[in-house]
Amino acid sequence: MKTLVWVEHDGKTVKDATLAVVTAASKLGEVDLLVAGSGVDAVAAEAAKIAGVSNVLTADNEALEHPLAETVAPLVVKLMADHDAFLAPATSNGKNIAPRVAALLDVMQISDILSVESADTFTRPIYAGNAIATVQTSDKKLVITVRGTAFEKAAPEGGTATVVSTDGAGLEQSVSTYVGSEIAKLERPELTSAKVIVSGGRALASSENFHAVIEPLADKLGAAVGASRAAVDAGYVPNDYQVGQTGKIVAPEVYMAIGISGAIQHLAGMKDSKTIIAINKDEDAPIFQVADIGLVGDLFKIVPELTEKL
Amino acid sequence: MKVLVPVKRVLDYNVKPRVKADGTGVDLANVKMSMNPFDEIAVEEAIRLKDKGVTEIVAVSIGEQKSQETLRTALAMGADRAILVVSDEKVEPLGVAKLLKAIVEAEKPDLVILGKQAIDDDNNQTGQMLAGLLGVGQATFASKVDLTADSVTVTREVDGGSETEKLSLPAIITTDLRLNEPRYASLPNIMKAKSKPLDQKTPADYGVDVTPRLTTLKVVEPPKRTAGVKVADVDELVAKLKALGVAK
Ligand SMILES: Cc1cc2nc3c(=O)[nH]c(=O)nc-3n(C[C@H](O)[C@H](O)[C@H](O)COP(=O)(O)OP(=O)(O)OC[C@H]3O[C@@H](n4cnc5c(N)ncnc54)[C@H](O)[C@@H]3O)c2cc1C
Repeated sequence: MKTLVWVEHDGKTVKDATLAVVTAASKLGEVDLLVAGSGVDAVAAEAAKIAGVSNVLTADNEALEHPLAETVAPLVVKLMADHDAFLAPATSNGKNIAPRVAALLDVMQISDILSVESADTFTRPIYAGNAIATVQTSDKKLVITVRGTAFEKAAPEGGTATVVSTDGAGLEQSVSTYVGSEIAKLERPELTSAKVIVSGGRALASSENFHAVIEPLADKLGAAVGASRAAVDAGYVPNDYQVGQTGKIVAPEVYMAIGISGAIQHLAGMKDSKTIIAINKDEDAPIFQVADIGLVGDLFKIVPELTEKL
Repeated sequence: MKVLVPVKRVLDYNVKPRVKADGTGVDLANVKMSMNPFDEIAVEEAIRLKDKGVTEIVAVSIGEQKSQETLRTALAMGADRAILVVSDEKVEPLGVAKLLKAIVEAEKPDLVILGKQAIDDDNNQTGQMLAGLLGVGQATFASKVDLTADSVTVTREVDGGSETEKLSLPAIITTDLRLNEPRYASLPNIMKAKSKPLDQKTPADYGVDVTPRLTTLKVVEPPKRTAGVKVADVDELVAKLKALGVAK
């Protein structure tokens, strides 16, 4: 089988999410990468070093500067004439693009796969990860999004793929235009690749408290900062901090849930973490049912003391 | 302007899903079913756009007869009329998108607002597929919608922050949680909804083949986590963190 992987990048470097997709694709067959963008030489060169890749196809065009599904999908459809499977990371861009590709190819997409069982059979989470379905497809071509935490990352170095330029000029005129974006500048590790995550919930009660209590602990541990939806909705932190069914899916070595009750939608995003530590004043909080280590008490006393003693 | 809002009947989000012992799926017998939360947000957004030139809201559901209840909820919230495409078999997102395309071609809405995903299958596909089949613009994971006479500007929730796109009409929007807070239908509106028009159709009426492409071989519970230990104080927690190698 010949697979095509959409490379997520920011115009400068390949995003980590791509590496897990390469691993999933290599279980199906030969791996080609698609680097679409405007001025993509550096990204293509980096992508060519990823272990296990045959060809890096580039599509270089100003219209591809921002990965709008309306422009990327028709391009992928053309390249799928020579490929059997299209794979993208289950990131916001991957989730936006892949189903449009699937519809244009008349294929039912398999979303957010956790494993490749065989060339046509995959496992994927349903009901916020409360059940795992094994699904088999009858489609001739495959369109798949990949859950990054479920696959090892391919080695970013050691590969010697050939870079091949595709005809980026045949792009279709888009009905949509990119207006702008506001991407938060992170001083800490990214949530989806961090080894340690410290997350805060509604109990923090204000943005000031969140910063004053959670962040010093995260800094001590070199951790990324996450949050429950309640904390995000209340405006304590920006929305991309949200962990859960509809936020980020994370699986760090250590996940600390502080003042988070443990709603199933939150658990859906973090229950594959290696070690879960919960701090909550309610000893019956559901978070303790999944926590490896729990401490019952007032976070406003515990967390500063912990930060101090570390 | 006309808005089409597809809605799905799913297991209520407060109910803990239970996997059936025979591994065929999740048990939906005698449990509370509700409108998919993201679809409620879609209905709410359509209603709020009535101040911005929207004159008619058509709610659509594809599913078993009981999806009528979900459509009545949409009508009670403020949709004007409803279409139910009855199918006792499960229809996959690709089939739903094809049916919606046929309905869009008949109804000619200016906007279709869908939930970004249904909380049962968590597929996150239908809106993008519909946009692809229609060849129109898509703005997924919307947190803000600005509608004018011939375009819509949408702020989207993306990894790392937000992004804004401008789409010409007709366009497809899928909702994220922070777009709005859906209203509860009042009792008088629930009564009024009972007499609003609700058309019944079948996939055959639209000439759409909805044969599934995927077969579910089995459904199992995820590996269970068990509760671990409770530590008595911060000193014990510090010792545990040191043992894990995350603290010096
Ligand atoms: C469709 C849908 C999708 C959703 N997606 C997500 C998602 O992706 N992620 C997500 O997180 N949620 C999601 N939710 C929301 C989820 O259902 C919960 O409402 C949310 O996770 C609750 O956040 P919380 O635990 O911070 O708040 P709460 O449930 O209010 O819990 C606060 C906890 O803090 C404890 N506490 C209070 N004061 C103190 C103190 N001084 N010291 C110590 N502990 C204290 C309390 O005992 C309590 O357990 C979703 C909901 C829906 C309907």
